[in-house]
Amino acid sequence: MPEHRKVVIVGSGPAGLTAALYTARAQLHPLVIEGEPSSTSDQPGGQLMLTTDVENYPGFVDGVMGPELMGMMRAQALRFEAELRTAKVSRLDLSPWPFEVWVGDPQADEPTVVADTLIIATGARSLMLGVPNEDRLLGYGVSTCATCDGFFFRGQHIAVAGGGDSAMEEAIFLARFGSKVSVIHRRDELRASKIMRERAFANPKIEFKWNSLVTDIIGDTKVSALRLRDTVTGEESDLDATGLFVAIGHEPNSSLLKGQIELEDNGYVRTFDGSTRTSVDGVFACGDVQDDYYRQAVTSAGSGCMAAIDAERWLEAKGE
Amino acid sequence: MSENMETLTDANFDEQVKSSDVPVLVDFWAEWCGPCKMISPVLEEIADEQAGKIRIGKLNIDDNLDVTRRYEVMSIPTLILFKDGEPQARLIGAKPKAQLLEEISAYL
Repeated sequence: MPEHRKVVIVGSGPAGLTAALYTARAQLHPLVIEGEPSSTSDQPGGQLMLTTDVENYPGFVDGVMGPELMGMMRAQALRFEAELRTAKVSRLDLSPWPFEVWVGDPQADEPTVVADTLIIATGARSLMLGVPNEDRLLGYGVSTCATCDGFFFRGQHIAVAGGGDSAMEEAIFLARFGSKVSVIHRRDELRASKIMRERAFANPKIEFKWNSLVTDIIGDTKVSALRLRDTVTGEESDLDATGLFVAIGHEPNSSLLKGQIELEDNGYVRTFDGSTRTSVDGVFACGDVQDDYYRQAVTSAGSGCMAAIDAERWLEAKGE
Repeated sequence: MSENMETLTDANFDEQVKSSDVPVLVDFWAEWCGPCKMISPVLEEIADEQAGKIRIGKLNIDDNLDVTRRYEVMSIPTLILFKDGEPQARLIGAKPKAQLLEEISAYL
């Protein structure tokens, strides 16, 4: 017989851990399936594990390191006896109730655990460029984690692809190490917030390659240059950068849900009436997997709290 | 830290790794790297479970630039498996335990 839980939470970023905190305090003994180690944002703790200073999480006057903040959220959920399992969900079946959750072999006859309510907090992950040689040179000059790898590019020319807040954050961080940082952006203006834009513009080490796309990455054993195409003139040129950090945006981790729950056209989980309810009764979604607009640690945590309260009331109404 | 985990440095690297009878898995890490911290407990488990078959050593890249440069580490965590003192396999990025074991199993 599979284990039976009132609440199973999938994911352990700010949304998942806040949902865990609230459902644990409500005596619902939540099980959090937190994910497995990886160097992408798809890992226990989520995207904040790949950041350094978080300056906009309320309560931390002088900022806090991303991994440290996630360590504190985890400890707080554990204090109220949420159970955290370092594993990855391999399959979900939302058609029967209780809902069925598999960890490990997705073809196993029986699910690992069944859940009266399911809180989906699987977050989003960084998009890659999808250009030739990107996979081959990942870890050899191509990186998705500026905080992990910036150190190795001391005194070198570093490129950052992207024009949003995370691209600016990476560029500013990398300017501490590199001789020069080139931000490669496909348009002629940034999507980043005003404060991040201004900080990047004010940094003497950061230059902008507007209307530019990376079309290839050059290098035998490590990156030696990038091929760029001007999106207006179509002209190609080489940039002599030895590092490339990719920050072009995110996609939701919603593949486990495909065909089982209503998704928006861009793959984000659809929630209803300003709540965390989804198209499947008893399944709630919070954090970046259902938010392509605010995408902040604090809004994720807030929606994690909402999901916990929605799940709790749903269980009450069901008489559980 | 598990007593089966060793600390490697620029000073002791050659002695510890080159002359080892069993393969040595070297974990290039740093204090400021989130994914490095995440795989630490996984490596400790492997070091305990596979004691005698493999040695696992942690090398702090901030303090030990010579070895870090010698093996051209450009991303952390990087794990390099040495057999008879020569690098045999290189694993870049944090990975789950099952996958790490699978990738090093051929050398055990």
